Amino acid sequence: MDVGKYNLNENNILNFSPEEHEIAIATQNLEVFYGKKQAIFNGNLQFERYRITSLIGASGSGKSTYLRSLNRMNDDIAQVKGKIIYRGLDVNSPKINVYEMRKHIGMVFQRPNPFSKSIRSNITFALKQNGIKDKQRLNQIVESSLKDAALWDEVKDDLDKSAWALSGGQQQRLCIARTIAMKPDILLLDEPASALDPISTSKIEETLIELKKKYTIIIVTHNMQQASRISDYTAFFHLGHILEYDKTKHLFTTPKITATNDYISGNFG
Amino acid sequence: MDPIKNKIQNSSRETRQDLLGKILSYSCILLIVLVVLSIFFFVASKGIATFTVDHGNFWTFLTGKTWNPIVNNAKGQPEIGALPMIVGSFGVTILAALFATPFAIGTALYMTELASKRGERLLQSVVELLVGIPSVVYGFIGLSVIVPFVRNHFGGSGYGILSGSFVLFVMILPTITSMTVDSLRSVPRFYKEASLALGATKWQTIYKVILRSATSGILTAIIFGMARAFGEALAVQMVIGNAAVMPKNLLSSASTLTSILTMGIGNTVMGTVGNNALWSLALVLLLMSLLFNILVRLIGRKGRM
Amino acid sequence: MKTKIQNRIALTTIRIIALLVVFILMFLLGDILIAGVPHISWHFLTAPSQSFTSGGGIGVQLFNSIYLLFLTLIISFPISLGAGIFLAEYAPKNFLTATVRMAIEVLSSLPSVVVGLFGFLLFVVQMKMGFSIIAGAIALTFFNLPLLTRNIEESLTAVPDLQREAGMALGLSKWRTVTRIVLPEALPGIITGVVLGAGRVFGEAAALIYTAGQSATNIDFTQWNPLNSASPLNLMRPAETLAVHIWKINSEGVMPDASAVSAGSSAVLIIAVLFFNLLARLLGNALYRKLTATKNR
Repeated sequence: MDVGKYNLNENNILNFSPEEHEIAIATQNLEVFYGKKQAIFNGNLQFERYRITSLIGASGSGKSTYLRSLNRMNDDIAQVKGKIIYRGLDVNSPKINVYEMRKHIGMVFQRPNPFSKSIRSNITFALKQNGIKDKQRLNQIVESSLKDAALWDEVKDDLDKSAWALSGGQQQRLCIARTIAMKPDILLLDEPASALDPISTSKIEETLIELKKKYTIIIVTHNMQQASRISDYTAFFHLGHILEYDKTKHLFTTPKITATNDYISGNFG
Repeated sequence: MDPIKNKIQNSSRETRQDLLGKILSYSCILLIVLVVLSIFFFVASKGIATFTVDHGNFWTFLTGKTWNPIVNNAKGQPEIGALPMIVGSFGVTILAALFATPFAIGTALYMTELASKRGERLLQSVVELLVGIPSVVYGFIGLSVIVPFVRNHFGGSGYGILSGSFVLFVMILPTITSMTVDSLRSVPRFYKEASLALGATKWQTIYKVILRSATSGILTAIIFGMARAFGEALAVQMVIGNAAVMPKNLLSSASTLTSILTMGIGNTVMGTVGNNALWSLALVLLLMSLLFNILVRLIGRKGRM
Repeated sequence: MKTKIQNRIALTTIRIIALLVVFILMFLLGDILIAGVPHISWHFLTAPSQSFTSGGGIGVQLFNSIYLLFLTLIISFPISLGAGIFLAEYAPKNFLTATVRMAIEVLSSLPSVVVGLFGFLLFVVQMKMGFSIIAGAIALTFFNLPLLTRNIEESLTAVPDLQREAGMALGLSKWRTVTRIVLPEALPGIITGVVLGAGRVFGEAAALIYTAGQSATNIDFTQWNPLNSASPLNLMRPAETLAVHIWKINSEGVMPDASAVSAGSSAVLIIAVLFFNLLARLLGNALYRKLTATKNR
């Protein structure tokens, strides 16, 4: 196994699995290829329900690729092999209805991407497509998901304004609200705060900690403070391999391998 | 049974929508491809009939100077000498490109290298408006302005290749200009900056650096212009005189493939030699337009290397 | 010193050339408008044309042009929308797609007279439609399709992939994502392209001479049943457009005021083109502003 200069004793690290609750989603031998180039090797992880799991690693380590594979957002651009187990099904099979699957495994992206519609429509659009027509119910969902995303107080009087008029941090929280309005099981976040200022970032972090009461959250971040502040578990990615996976406090205080230690102490590369 | 698990395994509204979308968009593109194929098929089958059904001689077609398809020549073959039209078409096209190229490059250079933002925007609108003027209007102006002008200053009747070239010059000028502008804009800034920093004058920079690296783009632009000129029908037809004889000079009445075609189709009966011969001219037009396309591709490939 | 003089001469030449091009346009517009505008009157715009006597108008031709444009857009927009969506969203990167693209490029560079003759052969002769407005509209569609398709493809491609991902991640189908999220954002560009294309279609004549025909039959503007042969809406009647009319009277017109009628018609055509240009810009800007700013509903 080529993982740069680091030696790896597999048994030690990857046998870890969370035990307190049931598993929301897991991957078995996930491999991702961009053309001939392999981006993910042997991806085995289990994610615990109602917990936040961080995926950390240098850029190019494959953490985003891995995350995007979980709800099949990579289908068009990459080849994904291996199993993704969700509700006892391998959702990486071609027989799976990816649209239904994505309704339960939502995703928020690195850069805020609200639709060019009003704040309200941003949230109700997908719901209406799903057949929810009742106005009162829609309004209710708009309010509750905006409250969950900690955006309600800031926008409650401007629900019909264009979402593009919001600040970047507000837009990102709107994107979170839009995703949780679908009542997903799992929330995937791909560096959701990397394009934002510190105040917006901390707001989003607070939101996420609130949200884990209802959702399983998997977040990719390059910000190690962020990972240690909000997540229960952390997986460390390096050159497409998952080198270490542990409770966040263990991984950050007593990493089992040098690579993790080098990365979290900033001596990387 | 887990309802979510169930839903994930079955098709839904979304799967049906996607199937519909695929069917719709694929059939639209298929329709366009079908149109292109049938244009080639129909025009080619009609155009070839002159040689297969009516026993026209292909060599006569390309080199013969007498165009009178309904009459047979000494060998009993129809008189389908298309050389006058071929010469006419190439004549106006090449002349128009010769006139237009310096103007187009000059204007494009002004827009990209010399003009202020406002000047650039003004020229941009000028170019857009020139593109927008319909060809019959160009033809009408040619008829009312250029033909008398040529008659008074160069002699002859005023109808002929020169007048046709003048009209086409204005018509292809905007085409060549706007494409040249695009290729000049794609020259990396630092080429220019490096040259200026080395002490070269603006003109030296333009001539030795900018024009050199935009050459293939400019060539493409000229070929696009020529393709437009070659295929233009009405504007040329209105000023060239439409005599299917070898042009003696630039001032004598001449004809192009398009002009004989537009004049003739209405006056011949479908399926006759006279009509089929006209379709052969259309086939030449079609093949030329294909050739221009291939040329553009070849230049593009070379430019990228 | 020599290079400096050379520099000055060259740059001045470039400036003069640019100025000349501006003059050419001003001369063209001036010539057409000065010669033509005095002939434009309400009578000229609404009266039927005369073949042998003076005082004819362009009422029927003007209506034909507009009706034909309308029909062409109705036919060509949905097809190019589908094709544009295919190229921007569905097309796999393979040899077949490259061939399709090449076919569209070839279609866009075909001489319009050839497209017109094909329409003549297929619709007027083979399908026995005769010179008819519908044959003309189809020929113009062939002429308009490649440009519109390319414009729609470009406008769609300009919408960031982030928007597609947003839709997909919410479990929307690709088709819904494209039609309800990407398409509305591409609309300013698409509308601009459609209107500019409309200007081109409005002025096109070569593709129409042998499809929509060269005669303006009398239309009864009180008869709006499309099945009646005198109805303006009848699809099977021959319909000379304004652009064809200009060509026709200059090639074989025998009315005494032929040059006045063509000058007036040219002016109307140019004004229409200017109008389409302006409209394209205004609509594009307005839609763009609407897209990014407040919305009340």
